[in-house]
Amino acid sequence: MKGKEKLLEELLSSIKSHSHYSQDDAHLEVDGNKILASATVPGLIMDLDETENGIEGEIRLKAGTVIEKPVHLCFGMIPENGVQKINLNVVLEEDSKVNFLTHCTFPNAIELEHIMNSEVHVGRNASYTYFEKHTHSNSGGIKVIPKTRILLEEHAHFKTEFELIKGRVGFMDVDYRAECHDNSILDMIARISGRKDDIIKIHESGWLRGRHSRGVLASSIALRDDAKAEVFSELIADGDFAQGHVDCKEIIQDRGVARAVPIVQVNNPKAHVTHEAAIGSVDSKQLDTLMSRGVSEDDAVDMIIKGMLRRT
Amino acid sequence: MGSVVLKELTLKLDNKRILNNLSIEFKKGKINAVVGQNGAGKSTLAQTIMGLPDYLNFEGDILLDTVSLKGKRLPERAKLGITMAWQEPARFSGIPVGDFINAGADDRSSDTVKKALTLVGLSYDKYKNRYVDKTLSGGERKRIELASISAMNPKVVLMDEPDSGVDIEAVSYIFDVIQHFKSRNITVLLITHSAEVLQRADYGYILCNGNLIGEGNTEKMLDYFNGNCINCDHVNNPFFEVLH
Repeated sequence: MKGKEKLLEELLSSIKSHSHYSQDDAHLEVDGNKILASATVPGLIMDLDETENGIEGEIRLKAGTVIEKPVHLCFGMIPENGVQKINLNVVLEEDSKVNFLTHCTFPNAIELEHIMNSEVHVGRNASYTYFEKHTHSNSGGIKVIPKTRILLEEHAHFKTEFELIKGRVGFMDVDYRAECHDNSILDMIARISGRKDDIIKIHESGWLRGRHSRGVLASSIALRDDAKAEVFSELIADGDFAQGHVDCKEIIQDRGVARAVPIVQVNNPKAHVTHEAAIGSVDSKQLDTLMSRGVSEDDAVDMIIKGMLRRT
Repeated sequence: MGSVVLKELTLKLDNKRILNNLSIEFKKGKINAVVGQNGAGKSTLAQTIMGLPDYLNFEGDILLDTVSLKGKRLPERAKLGITMAWQEPARFSGIPVGDFINAGADDRSSDTVKKALTLVGLSYDKYKNRYVDKTLSGGERKRIELASISAMNPKVVLMDEPDSGVDIEAVSYIFDVIQHFKSRNITVLLITHSAEVLQRADYGYILCNGNLIGEGNTEKMLDYFNGNCINCDHVNNPFFEVLH
């Protein structure tokens, strides 16, 4: 058994981070079911317990608390095999604001499962930003199954970005569903690169039930070899003046297979939702332009895909 | 260098003759304009010279500095010194202007990007990290495309409808850049249906239904173009009957 210090060092080096947080940095590092390190700041409560396979508990931001610096979260597993289950309740009380910078890292995975079940409640006029970056091994022997239920109260703002472009995806089944009340904003972005026999499933759904609620569901996926992706993006607009947009871009190469199902349902004549889906090979005009500058076809394809998956 | 010669160039697409037996020796280091109405074959000619995938199976030959381009694919031709500016430049989400300019640059560096952007009248600090995407106007993208071409240091630049869809300020910069290319002894081929663009060239060629129906100095070609091509229905063009 490795000591906590050693595990922490390995965990952080796998995400090219360091452990030298200053006193006003809130952070949490978990390997499997071990909380390796944590620190909090005034107004942020992390009430977490270790369980048989992971951790569970609540992260709560007290009313009016604004944390300017990102809160660093790192969930991972250094071993090659095992299961990690994270059960989290996240509550942002009214007028609070937080930006989570999250790494999920499984650098040695051969047969691993990472199961995340969370409920996020963003209170009135609160703002929640969650950037989740995955680092996986190249074995493909990992299953990532995150499931999140989100409730946005009036004037709440929720933004999540999911990025998995380093290492193999393995099997991934994302399920995010959000309920949006008056004047709230939902913004969900996914950027994923799959190869070999990776399987990517995304089900994201936003219920724009409030007046002036707004939602954007965007995904950019690149597939090569025999990778497969299936993206269900659903926006249902009930509220007066609710607005939404679903955007799905998928570039496929080799024998990759992509399926995009944008579901747009508008139950109110004052609401407006649009969708756009583009699936196919690399855009020929982009390719021709780069090749006309002397860039080889392979390098041009690489550059275009990296651009599509870049955080902008 | 930068001599482009077409030898009895014929291109058929779907069994239709789009370029018909063209023999042209473009003026080296000069601004050449290929004019004609829509459907004359001008853009096809540029794409055939550039070597776009659907335009590789031509009859006759295209020579760059006496080297045949037959069988050479797009990046190979670019490496030989030919490049192209599109009528509607592509958008690239997530690719910063600096990376785009450096992609084909002779000398990849921030200095190259700076010089190239300055040439087209755009600020390095303001544009280097912007993405070549829909957040840029059509004029900005055209200028950035020309900046990337300049950084390549090519021998021949093909420009398809250089003034299309851009504002007056951008047009002025575009023509300054064209003059700059000429000053560097780069051969420029302007593809245009505009008499105004033809006026800016040193020499003109008129295409009609894939045929070369005239060539000469700009003034002569302008007279012909204004007198015979504007408002002309291709089928009624007297040359069409003669040449077929």
